[in-house]
Amino acid sequence: MADISLSPPLVVGYKKISDVTDDICRPMERWPGGTWWMAFAVAFSMLLLGAVAITYEIATGIGTWGLNPTVGWAMGITNFVFWIGIGHAGTLISAILFLFRQRWRTGVNRAAEAMTLFAVMCAGLFPIIHMGRPWFGYWIFPYPNFRGSLWMNFRSPLAWDAFAISTYFLISLTFWYVGLIPDLATVRDRAKPGFRKTIFSIFSLGWDGAYRTWNRYELVYLLLAGLATPLVVSVHTIVSWDFATAVIPGWHATIFPPYFVAGAIFSGMAMVLTLMIIARKVMGLEAYINLRHLDVMSKLIVLTGSIVGFSYMTEFFTAQYGNNMYEQFVFLNRAMGPFAWAYWTMVSCNVIIPQFLWFRKIRHSWTLVFIITIFVNIGMWFERFVIIVTSLHRDYLPSSWASYTPTSVEIAILIGSFGLFFTLFLIFCRLLPVIAIAEIKGVLKHGAHIEEAH
Amino acid sequence: MLTDLQSYPIRRDRLHGLMAEFETPEQLLTATERTHREGYRQIDAYSPLPVEGLAEAMGIHHNAMPAIVFVGGLLGALGGYGLQYWVSVMAYPLNIGGKPLHSWVAFIPVTFEMMVLSASIFAVVGMLALNGLPQPYHPVFNAPRFVLATNNRFFLCIEAGDPLFDPDETRQFLQSLSPRGIEEVEK
Repeated sequence: MADISLSPPLVVGYKKISDVTDDICRPMERWPGGTWWMAFAVAFSMLLLGAVAITYEIATGIGTWGLNPTVGWAMGITNFVFWIGIGHAGTLISAILFLFRQRWRTGVNRAAEAMTLFAVMCAGLFPIIHMGRPWFGYWIFPYPNFRGSLWMNFRSPLAWDAFAISTYFLISLTFWYVGLIPDLATVRDRAKPGFRKTIFSIFSLGWDGAYRTWNRYELVYLLLAGLATPLVVSVHTIVSWDFATAVIPGWHATIFPPYFVAGAIFSGMAMVLTLMIIARKVMGLEAYINLRHLDVMSKLIVLTGSIVGFSYMTEFFTAQYGNNMYEQFVFLNRAMGPFAWAYWTMVSCNVIIPQFLWFRKIRHSWTLVFIITIFVNIGMWFERFVIIVTSLHRDYLPSSWASYTPTSVEIAILIGSFGLFFTLFLIFCRLLPVIAIAEIKGVLKHGAHIEEAH
Repeated sequence: MLTDLQSYPIRRDRLHGLMAEFETPEQLLTATERTHREGYRQIDAYSPLPVEGLAEAMGIHHNAMPAIVFVGGLLGALGGYGLQYWVSVMAYPLNIGGKPLHSWVAFIPVTFEMMVLSASIFAVVGMLALNGLPQPYHPVFNAPRFVLATNNRFFLCIEAGDPLFDPDETRQFLQSLSPRGIEEVEK
């Protein structure tokens, strides 16, 4: 236990157990303030804009997007991979860091898991609307049918992807809900009789905190973490196979799975920090999300950002060292062709800017870290755009070369997906405890009392 | 009114048990250890947070969850692989680029996903079922102070069904654990 007494406390100040309940439940129990309503109005307007654009796209056809026979995948798939990547940090924090016994994760895991769910929802939207005829979306799953018994092709990575994303969504949802049950009971026991209490009574399933219950609960939480850990790695690996099993130069690379997984964690961590830096301020949770979290998560960003940077170099080197003129061309075209601006935006945002986090002074500044995370979010969107569009627009035959410009409909749908994400997150902040109450009670004394040894 | 009603002794056949209230997890842990040593077996501790060592203190050494999850994972993996084999080799054989119909390497991702999905469903449903959740009613909720069990208080309940249970002796025993208070819990 010596290392714990050396590290700073997880919760700042001397909080009693009942203080934790009060601090976390209070923002949910009062009417939302002006800031919240303003944020909600903006997010919801963005969502509505997206809904209009999607309706128009589906009613008119996929021709409303700027796609052409050469660039058949562009913003839709960019957004899909971007949102799936964001979704990875939640499971990293809730499952992988749980297995590594990183107790600091307690302050952020609930919000990060919620973020995962919402990001996976945004991600799932894009393949569905990209189909053009989304009402046939269920054809991707095997189901008994009367079309002479027609079945799907299980050797396609797109089919694997559908399985991976659906499984990931279901597991994230159960993991999140299981973690919520004890806290829903806490809210239930505080609520005055009425509609709110009834709802929380139903969803807390009659949880009474009995130890026989806790005992099985804790083990199941551990097992779910163990199952979610390989799952989270598999999901982005399978997403990368959507590209890597194709013969397009710039995609057909064995480095893709680890490169994508590192990028996913990188972008997800940045998004968690972006959201939590705002939420702690607005909801008055400074004691629970503190400098320690900022420091550790910044270090994770600089680590994964460096892995991503290293992957860019490896990719470039492998292409030039290998004797394939198409591979060589694709990478030179990325850095110097018509999309060079996107490539260098990506490199500056993902490789150069996060390196500032090596300095403790910068890591301990809420404003600077916030700015850096915004850059990382932008950079990671451009990474997917660069991978997808630059590889497609000039492949083997110069006669089939083309360019790509997004249409206003595509941009509106991207804005709409952000609207969906922030609308859901804002509603979550109002309705559910944003910090795992029962878990944080368990780490209250970490680092606070050194004389704890019995 | 409610407090008035509580002050009447509850009839023996309407008694669920006696419940002692503690302020810290450490007190609950010591009290539970002593109660178990005293020979009481139909006991349960109620806590707003998981307390390390409490399961051992209550004499719980076995947990069926790992076995349930293993079976779930195994069924998911076999089912996932079986479905792909049946579809690709028997029901609808498709020649894709001359690859073998039974291309087992390509079946691994879906097999893995189905294993994780099924194991997790078994884990959650099994946990809820063994814990008797959702439970629409439980006598402990009748204790007026029990709302604090999800906030900041720790409770230990010795149930009336225990062979050693005696309303007076058990109350005296609980008193010796120096709790903050003792309540009778009505069924």
